[in-house]
Amino acid sequence: MNIDYTKELALVEGNPRLADIDEIITRPLTQPPTRKFYIALSVSVTALLIGAYSLWLTLYYGIGMWGNNVPVGWAFDITNFVFWIGIGHAGTLISAILFLLRQKWRTGIARFAEAMTIFAVMTAGIFPVIHTGRPWLAGYLIPYPNQHLLWPNFVSPLLWDVFAVSTYFTVSLMFWYMGLIPDFAILRDKSVDKIKKTIYSIFSLGWRNSNRHWRHYEKTYMIMAGLATPLVLSVHTIVSFDFAVSLIPGWHETIFPPYFVAGAIYSGFAMVMTVLIIVRKVFDMENIITLNHLERMAKVMLLTSSLVVYAYLMEFFIAWYSQIPAEQYDFWARVVGPYRWGWYFMVSCNFLIPQLIWFKKIRRSVVVLFVISICANIGMWFERFIIIVQSLSRDYLPSSWHMFTPTLVDFGVLTGSFGLFFTLVLLFAKTMPVISIVETKSVLEGAQPTVHGGSDHE
Amino acid sequence: MSENKNLNSIAALFDTPNKIITAARKVKESGYTKFDVNTPYPVHGMDKAMGLGQSKIGYVTLFFGFSGAIFIFLFMGWTMAINYPYIVGGKPLFPFQAFIPITFEVTILCGSIATVVGMLAVFFNLPFLSHPIHDSNYIKEVSNDKFGIVIEAQDPLFERERVIEFLKSLGAEKIEFIYEPEKEEFKILQPKFISFLVLVAALTSLGTFVTLNKLMYVVPFNWMDNQKKSNPQSETNFFYDGYAMRTPVVGTVAKGFMPYAYQGQAQPKVPLANPTLPTKQLLKMGQEKFLTFCSPCHGNYAQGVSRLMGQFPPGPTLHSAKIIGYSDGMIYNIITNGQNAMPSYAYQIPREQRWAIIDYVRVLQRAQNPNPSDFQAIKELKKESGKNAVN
Repeated sequence: MNIDYTKELALVEGNPRLADIDEIITRPLTQPPTRKFYIALSVSVTALLIGAYSLWLTLYYGIGMWGNNVPVGWAFDITNFVFWIGIGHAGTLISAILFLLRQKWRTGIARFAEAMTIFAVMTAGIFPVIHTGRPWLAGYLIPYPNQHLLWPNFVSPLLWDVFAVSTYFTVSLMFWYMGLIPDFAILRDKSVDKIKKTIYSIFSLGWRNSNRHWRHYEKTYMIMAGLATPLVLSVHTIVSFDFAVSLIPGWHETIFPPYFVAGAIYSGFAMVMTVLIIVRKVFDMENIITLNHLERMAKVMLLTSSLVVYAYLMEFFIAWYSQIPAEQYDFWARVVGPYRWGWYFMVSCNFLIPQLIWFKKIRRSVVVLFVISICANIGMWFERFIIIVQSLSRDYLPSSWHMFTPTLVDFGVLTGSFGLFFTLVLLFAKTMPVISIVETKSVLEGAQPTVHGGSDHE
Repeated sequence: MSENKNLNSIAALFDTPNKIITAARKVKESGYTKFDVNTPYPVHGMDKAMGLGQSKIGYVTLFFGFSGAIFIFLFMGWTMAINYPYIVGGKPLFPFQAFIPITFEVTILCGSIATVVGMLAVFFNLPFLSHPIHDSNYIKEVSNDKFGIVIEAQDPLFERERVIEFLKSLGAEKIEFIYEPEKEEFKILQPKFISFLVLVAALTSLGTFVTLNKLMYVVPFNWMDNQKKSNPQSETNFFYDGYAMRTPVVGTVAKGFMPYAYQGQAQPKVPLANPTLPTKQLLKMGQEKFLTFCSPCHGNYAQGVSRLMGQFPPGPTLHSAKIIGYSDGMIYNIITNGQNAMPSYAYQIPREQRWAIIDYVRVLQRAQNPNPSDFQAIKELKKESGKNAVN
């Protein structure tokens, strides 16, 4: 590999023409589904059905079907919630923060990452609702004038969570849809099938590529990026408040907000990488989602992994420095206690394995990156598991210590969450442009004029 | 080209971004105002070339974002401090620090919804599927890889031949005419539409009925209506006699129903002591209850003048030496058990009120037979109140 880093890399390889971009990106939409697609879909739908059945058992018999018990009141449910919300963070980071930082390489991966955000937040949203045991009463979380004359408790971090996650979902959905409108318009103009054309016409809202629209559109895109950037940082901050505001040793830490945000970005990038490596292979998009993209994402992973590891170390330091025996014991128990296997998983997946990314050969090897990204996903799941279950099982009173043992239903719901996420991802890849056509066209070589528009242009 | 159609605009296609920028600038300089540029992606510098200023959409965000923030902040304060004052977790009634996260989220939510919806619905007037440009060959080209300019027929400078000449001189690859779409007529009352409405109505009713009456009451969601327990007065097959309610063990005393020790005895061995203090409040209650329950027979001042005008034997005066000599416990016994023609008042007057009545009767007795010292006390009281009146 001889890459000249002094020169800006081409964002799209092979120098395709504008018309080719439409062709490459819309190919999965126009061709009938392949065998590979059906196999993938059947696997994910099977997982989804396992989850649906487990969820039915949970609702029918109650959450006694799970392994949760005093003192471990939160276990797989909230672990999965934090895990999926974290996955969601990469999408907004790529589409908003990298946009504001003028990182044009985001073009190839932004749409997919945004879609993953939405699906991950949808998946995550299930867990806080079902973990209450009576999900049909969740409507009381909304502050509406009711017969009971009661309002939700606005000073509770759990209610902050409701506002944060629902705002995050709404804003991500709008951001995503806004980016899709011009692409739907392209599909509308390309398609000949009457039903497809009707659907695309409805979703494109009659977009007509007018420059009188583009100028507001670009401004709005920037404003939305500006709004989404603090939002994405606030969401996992507020999720971390669920823990940090309580008094459990291992939870009551001021480092939690930045620590959670870094972890979220790390796991999110890992998941984006896992999925994109499959997608670029299956749909022949190696020219648009290039090795350079993967390499850059690997670098972000290395950075956030280092931040997370710093937080791990700082947690231990503060536990020692605080001189609080319960806190000190909790962290010591992570290394030698009954859940040490989870902690070793976490450290090896989040600290040791990402160190490989320092090597350029590995950064440009798709297979190794794939393995690293999957390890990172596993590691981040175990991180949340350790924080939640290990801390709860070892609180102040040794007499109330109790181990958590997951049941089959617990694993069923976890499997189902992956099933839901990947089913949605697969359907998305087959029905919508997985890469922004408009943005890709605008970053092609020679796409932007060399003459100035006005005399007063600097 | 059919001449009977209404010409909406003339469009020209260009090949490269450089050409379209130049062309747009020239169209603008020639004084056309109703023209538009359609490009597959936003072309840098086009706003300048078309003479468009900065987008004002940011003010929408600013206004709605701040409105949302102020609203939700005051709303949370109102609910927690005014509408339903409630202290949670030892925080003050207006814990503004804890309102910050939600205020922040709602700011973002209101700002972004207003921006996107405002842009699409108000700024762009979308959805607009019947625009003449749709379905033309022109839009298919510009959404793919060509760059186009349209000059509308509404433009004051519009002259068909001159515009064509002008666009060609700018180096247009292709000229296209865009016509107003033919007006499509839809009859409201066609059988298809009516049957569609009927179908929707039927499905909605059925769906609502099933959801509200059946689905909402399947087992996991039965709202605790069906519980595995026996209610009072219900049957059960658990006990041999079929009654769900059980007779309490002999000697069971219901809470708050300690039995009276001298029930049915005219002369208590050791009369109960009065547990109350004759406070102003208690005497007030005693007076009220006395007037309600006792005065019909004993008279308003307990002087034995019945208000019943002979319909019922009058009660004796309570100012006799015998009754003045009774202990409080003895009077309590009489009220509780009844005496001669007087029935028991145990079920009409609660215990505390019986004692209050006795205290009040003592006041009436004292008023009829005062000590000399009482006059002195009344005099001083009058002086006090006189002073207060002067002051």
